[in-house]
Formats: sequence, C-alpha cells, structure tokens
Amino acid sequence: MRDNPLSICEREFILAAVEIQKRIDGREPYDLRKIKITFGLDYGCCHVELGKTRVMAQVSCEIAAPKQTRLNEGTMFINVELSPMAAPQFETRSQDLNTEITRLLERSIKNSRCVDLESLCIMAGEKVWELRVDVHVLNHEGNILDCANIAAIAALAHFRRPDVTVCGEEITVHPADERDPVPLSILHMPLCVTFAFFHNGKCLILDPNEREERVMDGKMVVSMNKHREICTLQISGQMLLEKDQIFRCTNMAVKKVIVLTELIQLSLENDSNARAAGEKFGFAESVETNEITTEYKEESEVDMSDIDDQVVMATQNGNSEDGSIEELELDMETKVTIMFEGTGMIGQGGANTWDMDEDMESDLTEHKQKPQANSRSATIAKHIGGDLSGESEEEDTVMLQQEDIGLQSKPIISSEEPTGNEIDLTAALAKPRGKKKKSKHKH
Amino acid sequence: MTLQAMKAELGFLSRPDGSSVLTQGDTSVIAAIYGPGDIKLSREKIEKATIDVVYKPKSGLPGCDEKVDERMIRNICETSIVGSLHPRTAINIITQEVQDSGSLLSCCINASSIALLDAAIPQKFTVAAVTCVFDKDDELILNPNLRQEKECKAAFTFVFESTSYETVATTSFGSYGKEQLKTALAACKEASKTLFTFYKDLLTKKLSKD
Repeated sequence: MRDNPLSICEREFILAAVEIQKRIDGREPYDLRKIKITFGLDYGCCHVELGKTRVMAQVSCEIAAPKQTRLNEGTMFINVELSPMAAPQFETRSQDLNTEITRLLERSIKNSRCVDLESLCIMAGEKVWELRVDVHVLNHEGNILDCANIAAIAALAHFRRPDVTVCGEEITVHPADERDPVPLSILHMPLCVTFAFFHNGKCLILDPNEREERVMDGKMVVSMNKHREICTLQISGQMLLEKDQIFRCTNMAVKKVIVLTELIQLSLENDSNARAAGEKFGFAESVETNEITTEYKEESEVDMSDIDDQVVMATQNGNSEDGSIEELELDMETKVTIMFEGTGMIGQGGANTWDMDEDMESDLTEHKQKPQANSRSATIAKHIGGDLSGESEEEDTVMLQQEDIGLQSKPIISSEEPTGNEIDLTAALAKPRGKKKKSKHKH
Repeated sequence: MTLQAMKAELGFLSRPDGSSVLTQGDTSVIAAIYGPGDIKLSREKIEKATIDVVYKPKSGLPGCDEKVDERMIRNICETSIVGSLHPRTAINIITQEVQDSGSLLSCCINASSIALLDAAIPQKFTVAAVTCVFDKDDELILNPNLRQEKECKAAFTFVFESTSYETVATTSFGSYGKEQLKTALAACKEASKTLFTFYKDLLTKKLSKD
C-alpha cells in the first residue's frame, strides 16, 4: 500500500514554522517527545513509546559456536523488523530504511562494545552464547532509530540468560526454576539522538516527527553514552555543516543522553521492584483501563448448566447413528455373495455417517446403488480376473469358492471393527464443517 | 469453568486505520488493519477485496507454524468481511505477538476481529475464538496457559460467528473421543457468548458520549 503524499502546502508550512523556531506539534526545537518505557512479562522484552512512535524489542539467546576470529567471545545479532503494521508503505521484504536502521543500531550497540561479549563465553572456541535482538517497529511517527536504540539497550539491560556450569567437558544449562538467571553485563549505554536540518543546515531540530522527516534536508545521528563518549556519528542528506554546529549538537545530545539513561535505569528499577514485590507488571498492566477506548473484563464463570443437556442431546442423536451402523455391520458379516463365478462381494457399503448437505447426500445415494465391494474382496476379484484372461500363464488360477469366502470373511470383519469406531469420530468432526457451509449459504 | 480476564484497547496505534491490543489472561496480541487501500495490479481481484494477513512472532522469523496460523486467520476474515463492497482493493491485517502465555491463536483471531470493528470494515458477522484443552485427568480447561497446553491430551480452537453462534473454523491437536469433542464444542460456544458481549461493551464504550 502506498503512503499518503505530503502536500506542497504542508511542506511549506512546516518549513516556515521551523524557520521561526516553531514546530507543528507544539514542541520547542530541542525538545524530545514524551517517552514511556515498559517491560514485558518475559525477561528481555521492552516497549518504548517516543511520542506516538512505538517499538518493541525482544532479546533471546541460544548456545552456538563462536566466530573463528574471536574464539572466546559471544556473538550478538541485531534484527530490525519494519512491520507492515507501522506504516502502509512498509512491506515484509527488507528495504533501504530497514538496512539503514540495522546498520546504525549495529554501530551504536555492537561496535561500541557496550555488552561484555567475553562474559558470554562458555567454553573457548567451542560454545558461546549467541544473543539475538529482535526490534519490531510497531508504529512509525518519525525518529524510529532513537526509539529502537532505547528499546534495544533497555531490553539488553533487562534480559537474563540461563545460568550455566561447566564441569570438565560437560556443560549444564540450569532452567529458571533451578537457578536464578543471570543478567548480561552492560558496560555503558550508547543512545542515539537525531537532529534534523532545514534550510541548508541553518535551522536544526531534535527528534523530528514523521512529517518533519519528510521535509528535512538531512539529518545527523549522534550515538553517545553518559560518559560523553561518541560511539557513532553519521551525517546524511544534502547539506553542509560547520564544525561549530557539530560541536553544538554533540553537547546537546549528551544532555539528552544523560536524561534518557536515568529514565531507563529508573524504569528498570521499577520493574525489578514490582517483580520482587510480586505486584502486577508487564505490558498488559501498562494499558490504561479508564480510557474510553479500553474495556476490562474480570475473570468470569462460564455457565455450563445448559451444556450438559446439549451434549446429552447430541450424544443421543449420535447413538442412534451408531445403532444403525452396527446393524449394517452385522448385515455385512452375513451377506457374502458370489456375484458370478470368480467374483465375490461383501456387504453393500456402510451407512453414511457424515453430516452432509442435501445435494451431497443425493450424490451418495447414487453411489450406494452401485454395489461397492470391500477393498479386500476387490483385490481378490481383480486377481482372479487377471488369471481368467489368461495373460499370465505362470500364476496359479484360484477359484473362489463359497467355503473360502466363509473362512476369509471373518478376519476381514474383525479388522473392520476398530475402523468402525474411527468412522464415528470423523462424523463428529464433520459436523461443524457441514454447519459452516450451511451458514455460508444463509448469508 | 472460568474464562480468563480480558483487557482490550481500540485505536492503540496511530498510523493504522484500525488497531487493537487484546490481553487474555497473560497472552497479549496487537492487531492492526490497513485498508481498503490500493493494491498492485497483479494481485487485485476484480470482484472483491484482497485480504492479506501477516502474523509476526516476537523473536525469530516466521516459520511453518506461523504460516499455518496466518492462513487460518485469513480464511476466517475472508468469510466475515464483505469483500464485494470494496472490489480491487487490499485490506491488510497484521497481528503481532506481544506475549505468549498460551491460547495464542485464539487471541490473535479475537484481536484481529476487534481491530476490524475499529477500522469499520463491513462484516457479515464478528468472530470470536476460544481455545480449550483436556488435561491428563480429562478435565476441560478454557483458554489454557502454556504449561497446560503442553501437558494436555487434546487441544481445540473453535471460532464462532456472532449471529447464530455457528462454528466458522476449528482446529484441534491430540487424540480425543466423540463425546469430548462435543463437550468442548458446547463449552467453547458458551464461552464465545461472553466474548461477544465483551466486544459489544468495548464498542459501546468507544462510541458513547462520555
């Protein structure tokens, strides 16, 4: 699906607003949008809302072989998913924006070595932990990168991996109920701050929203930690920047990063306190219940008094079906007929145990009229037929006698009985399907 | 028999035309709808809307199981949506797993159903899915958690429609008898009525004045 294009009016309005230090959402040029960080029930799951932009990150781990170049280090893999949920133009296959965000996150988180990968080594050169960070963009309202970076770092800080013990060559992974899972060692928290530039780099704003992103000349991404260290810096777009401007931006970025780091620490603390106190926590709890768009229903009893009657009724119907089948099976036992010389036949085929539409039933009655031979007897008939035609002289010709059939029919019937039960089951299964078709016709 | 607590929010995301987040017990799913919108010429259907369903697991890439679920949701939505009103358009349904604590498929179906209501897509009926299992003592449990789902003898998911509570889709796992199937069907049908009242309350609240 294509995205809505931005009109020339809107474009000019945004540009004019930026020029007089105003923004369309009422923020000051250097303001971040409101940030909300929530953690999921599982360890390593983090939701971040930056204004209306929403990103979910999930960290998972498994044991794998290390890279040949770094034998005593764990590995980390960052995967960014621009879900088609986030914006109509996003599709399932990867695209330029996806690659750009993945690369920047890798540079910010992986290349800054903020996670101590050496501590993820279990046995040097043999087994290490492989971390996987899945970043899902759920709603695109601009500045996905900053939001994704906060989500990924917070998820890594929240994550706990299972404890392992190494005894000689033997590795034991302890499940969560046996030993407390261990957190990763996060050495520092690199966070991205994005600046958008307008009017050939003259005007700059922080944390552009989706509209502003479409109009901007270019942007600068600074990834820093609270120790004033720059982890990544990228300038893209068509503009030229002066040295002073870059210094100004980095100074501004460090202030924001300090605030953000504190916020992450605080929300991590809140989460661990809630977990320790046994209070309710997780994503579901973050959904407000007093909003007009939300509804909450407490655990409820489902009234099952009518159900027993329904089941009894259904079973009674079922039993009558069963009865008719049994009767027919008895018939089958007795009626073994020789149609003509060399061809035997057992029974006339079972009763229809499937609930079917009327037209299907009429089809079936047609079939019923044709004598349907049991599969076993059919093979016998075929075999003999071949012999009678005299095509193969080597095979012995066996004539099927009445007595032979009497002997043979017994094992056939005994093997038939368990399958009879199975027919019942399929009949029960077929019921809803039949109904489904009927309901389709209605509408 | 109890049905777990439910919590839903409409219009959870700002970009999609309709979205919802549904929490049943501990299982949470976000669903979003885009459409009816433009579509590639190669994929358009001349007489009805093309319905696309994407299911996103929380970690890792979608595998075979996820594709099966996706297909099931698509088939259900194709039955419920009156596609002929919007020919040569696309309706995209995206479901995102947020927390899997059992009965994920039914939660996905219910979340997409609510999101379709939020997006005001014309439908013949709404659908509600209920999962139940028979545990090792042949006790029936509605909307089981992960452990119960793992230890069960048989698991069923039934999807009902809101007009006459008929079955729209079913899926089952494990071995069970005829009686058990009927009990499960009857119990789930009863539970689905609770879900439909929940949908109704949710929409009434959203469209109320205060």
